[in-house]
Amino acid sequence: MSAKTQSREFSSTRRFWLKEHGIDSTLLLIVPALLAMLVFFVYPTVYGTILSFHPANKAGFLENYKTFFGDPYMRKSIFNTFRIALPVSLVNVCLAVPVAVKMRHRVKGQRAINTILIIPISLGTVLIAEGLYAYLSPNGWFNRTLMAAHIIHAPLQMLHNFWGVMISLIISGFPFAFLLTLSYISGINPKMEEAASILGAGPIQRFRFVTLPLLAPGLAITFCLNFVLAFSVFPSANLLGNPSGDSHVLAVAATDVISQSYDYSMASAISLITAVCEITVVVLVFAIRSRFYTGSTTGGKG
Amino acid sequence: MASLATPPEVQVKTKWKISKSPSSWLVWGAVIFFFINLVGVIGTVVVSSFGTEWFDGWLPAGWTLSFYQTAWHDYQVAELLKVTLKVAGAVVLIAILVGTPAAYALARRDFPGKRIVMLCFLLPIMLPPITFGIPLATFIYKLNLGGTLLGVIIANLVPAIPFVILVLTPFIEQIDPRIESAARICGANTWQIFWRILAPLIVPGLLAAALLVLVQTVALFELTYLVSGPTSTTLVVALYYAVFASGIRPYQAISAMAVFYMLSTLFILIVALRFVSPTQLVSRVRNTSEEKN
Amino acid sequence: MSKTSFNELRLVGVSRTFDESVALSNLSLTIANGEFIALLGPSGCGKSTALNCIAGLLSQTSGSIFLDGKRIDSLPPERRGFGMVFQNYALFPHLTVRNNIAFGLKIRRTKKAEVRKRVDAALALVRLQPHADKFPAQLSGGQQQRVAIARAVVLEPQVVLMDEPLSNLDAKLRNEMRGEIRKLHKTLGLTSIYVTHDQEEAMSLADRVVVMHDGVVQQVGTPEDVYLQPANAFVADFMGYRNLLQMTLKKSSTKAGAITSEKIKLSSSNLAAKTTNGAVTVAIRPDDFTVKATRGNQIRTIISSVEYQGKDFGVEATCEDGTQLFIRTEEKLKIGQKVTFGVKPERVLVFPQKKSPSHVG
Ligand SMILES: Nc1ncnc2c1ncn2[C@@H]1O[C@H](COP(=O)(O)OP(=O)(O)OP(=O)(O)O)[C@@H](O)[C@H]1O
Ligand SMILES: [Mg+2]
Repeated sequence: MSAKTQSREFSSTRRFWLKEHGIDSTLLLIVPALLAMLVFFVYPTVYGTILSFHPANKAGFLENYKTFFGDPYMRKSIFNTFRIALPVSLVNVCLAVPVAVKMRHRVKGQRAINTILIIPISLGTVLIAEGLYAYLSPNGWFNRTLMAAHIIHAPLQMLHNFWGVMISLIISGFPFAFLLTLSYISGINPKMEEAASILGAGPIQRFRFVTLPLLAPGLAITFCLNFVLAFSVFPSANLLGNPSGDSHVLAVAATDVISQSYDYSMASAISLITAVCEITVVVLVFAIRSRFYTGSTTGGKG
Repeated sequence: MASLATPPEVQVKTKWKISKSPSSWLVWGAVIFFFINLVGVIGTVVVSSFGTEWFDGWLPAGWTLSFYQTAWHDYQVAELLKVTLKVAGAVVLIAILVGTPAAYALARRDFPGKRIVMLCFLLPIMLPPITFGIPLATFIYKLNLGGTLLGVIIANLVPAIPFVILVLTPFIEQIDPRIESAARICGANTWQIFWRILAPLIVPGLLAAALLVLVQTVALFELTYLVSGPTSTTLVVALYYAVFASGIRPYQAISAMAVFYMLSTLFILIVALRFVSPTQLVSRVRNTSEEKN
Repeated sequence: MSKTSFNELRLVGVSRTFDESVALSNLSLTIANGEFIALLGPSGCGKSTALNCIAGLLSQTSGSIFLDGKRIDSLPPERRGFGMVFQNYALFPHLTVRNNIAFGLKIRRTKKAEVRKRVDAALALVRLQPHADKFPAQLSGGQQQRVAIARAVVLEPQVVLMDEPLSNLDAKLRNEMRGEIRKLHKTLGLTSIYVTHDQEEAMSLADRVVVMHDGVVQQVGTPEDVYLQPANAFVADFMGYRNLLQMTLKKSSTKAGAITSEKIKLSSSNLAAKTTNGAVTVAIRPDDFTVKATRGNQIRTIISSVEYQGKDFGVEATCEDGTQLFIRTEEKLKIGQKVTFGVKPERVLVFPQKKSPSHVG
């Protein structure tokens, strides 16, 4: 065998190997998108991370983090963020499940309900915050109705505190959680529940032992995505909350640094802290999720 | 007793029972409560935009349209609409052009390192925009693109491209690859396969992806807020500034501005809902989960 | 929980309509304890609808269901105490084989030791002990099938309902499982209702067969009854009477008469009830033909095709008027050969003419 044919053979087995592992010219199609991500997402993130270790005042490389964790006001923004984001995501998911369970079978007007629910999502947090500001104000419609119905005697204070932010995040987060849960629930084969009922399980047991375990992985995702939404509460925190008090969340802290002192190094440090906090929760949720069954929810053969 | 007489109430009775169970009441009560408040929130904005003065009472003291004029001129709504359209249009177009080929490759090939590539596309969606938005803004300002239209478009592309990919990948996956093989055996080359076989099959997916990105870009606040300047402000950001700096202009003008914003999003939403179902608008993330398993 | 024995399950005029269309009309049937009933009929005839009504998964539009004296048709499925094997098995994908089988016992708060004992017994019964800790997705079709059966019988239900449980299996496995189901039915003393569109399956399993068409019961009887003495042309067609001829009847008594068409003259001593003189449908099974005239019945034909079918031949023959006959015979015939076939008068079935005998398989 001449060297030439040998090398051709070598290159053809190599090509074979590459092809077997799915590497061929088709992969070039990913390049533009990947490049865009590398340049505008990965690089800036890495750059921001490095920048956060080079404080504006040329102090030690941990200076930004020292400042952040040394200042009780700054430090507390982590707590403030969690105090809003965790309960809001939990409430949204817990509300979404029973409603989605009720609507899983075709309900009259289902599409209309879904359409109305999608409105707050597409309006976005800014508009919801602006509307709530007037709606929840002491002489807004909400307090007026409650007082007219003699449920309360003095207007409820729901602006410039925790509650305003909470409510705005429920209004924009619940529909999202609901529609997502609904799409997960409708992916579960209804035969599963029928089988359970033949085996003697009542409605509550069917939910507890069949629907819920099959839904759990989807609920984990729903929770995480709601958590992400709630984690960047910055418009509602600024407009409805008390941004220098208990609504001084991480996002507000970061944007304040930028708008007040243009200190991008410090702001990057805060956003890195935000990302770490958020990823911790997501990883935790996914760790719990992996203990559940995560395969197909259609059941049976096929 | 064993007569053949038919008791038609059997089915009716069970139905009746289901709809009157206490848990159903609770669920429907909660849904209706939610809707009432939603209508209240939106209604407050709309009503106040038409009112002359509204300090106390259920409704404003009088009605006027003049604040729409004020808002239109003072906030330069026409200019904002133009910018918003330009940004959204460019983002949708580029995201589709860049995202579709990538989605195709990801749907059809399994290669070493695919998980890392997927992670790269997932993170911009799984992270709060503010976290990568700040470093991104820093970077864009460093490129001297801060405050420009191009900078805003770039910032919006970061979540938009992954969106297109995550919507389209499962969509392409469910197109049987044997169709392509069949076309190849019939003598079609790659280019012909793409245009004659794939393109017609992908169109519904492309449409859904484009609309999703459109709805999202118009409502996306954080990233635009961080990089926009006076000439590149979109409607949402302008609305935020208007609300945040309230006191400068009458409250009703801000409401009128909000109504302008609302009308434009609702218009896009109505158009979108003609082509995709409401659940589809959020459930693209389901695919995210399947990718992770 | 354990089998409370009952005497009979009685369906009285059970009907179900979907919107306007009638899926099941007036099903009346009394099933004795220990019986094996097969619901047989072509696709879409309402078998599943009937089964789901009995199970309580569908509420009937009218009619009632009694277990001995007790009316059970308004009970939800979980309170009827029946077992069911679903067409696609509907195994719980998130539970292991063992937990799938134990599901019903756990719902009933059975003691742990008892659960273990009974699940082990059920696993042994369907020979799945080595796979007890696998998930359904890791099993073959036949194994999944057996889990579904074990899950249904472990509760020792009063009645086991099966909806085409074998339709997803290949032919060989289907035969095997058929035997196993019959054996389980016997050894556990079950009462079974079995839905199938395969007449062979129904014949080999059931004590009684219920033949359905368009939501209406056509005939209820033992497999022999249904096979040898179909109640009408539709059942005859479905049971493999491939020769359905349109002829004219001239009765000589209530049970016998002469039937004629242009070129064929036959006598029959097997007239169905309510058959009147005039146009009738005549049904003859392929293997009832003999290769010589029989008691005066003779049909002259030319052989048009011969197909070897293992132990005998499938023959197509053309009569003088062009009618095609399907015949099974062990005799080796040749294409083009002129043959006179005969058939016993009692095997010439005559039914009142029906509008259009729909052809099934
Ligand atoms: N949920 C439903 N809504 C409307 N029509 C239905 C529904 N379920 C069944 N039907 C109709 O009722 C008729 C009987 O259906 P059924 O499922 O009982 O048939 P089947 O005998 O089980 O057929 P197969 O052998 O194909 O399973 C069919 O014509 C079917 O179209
Ligand atoms: Mg069926």
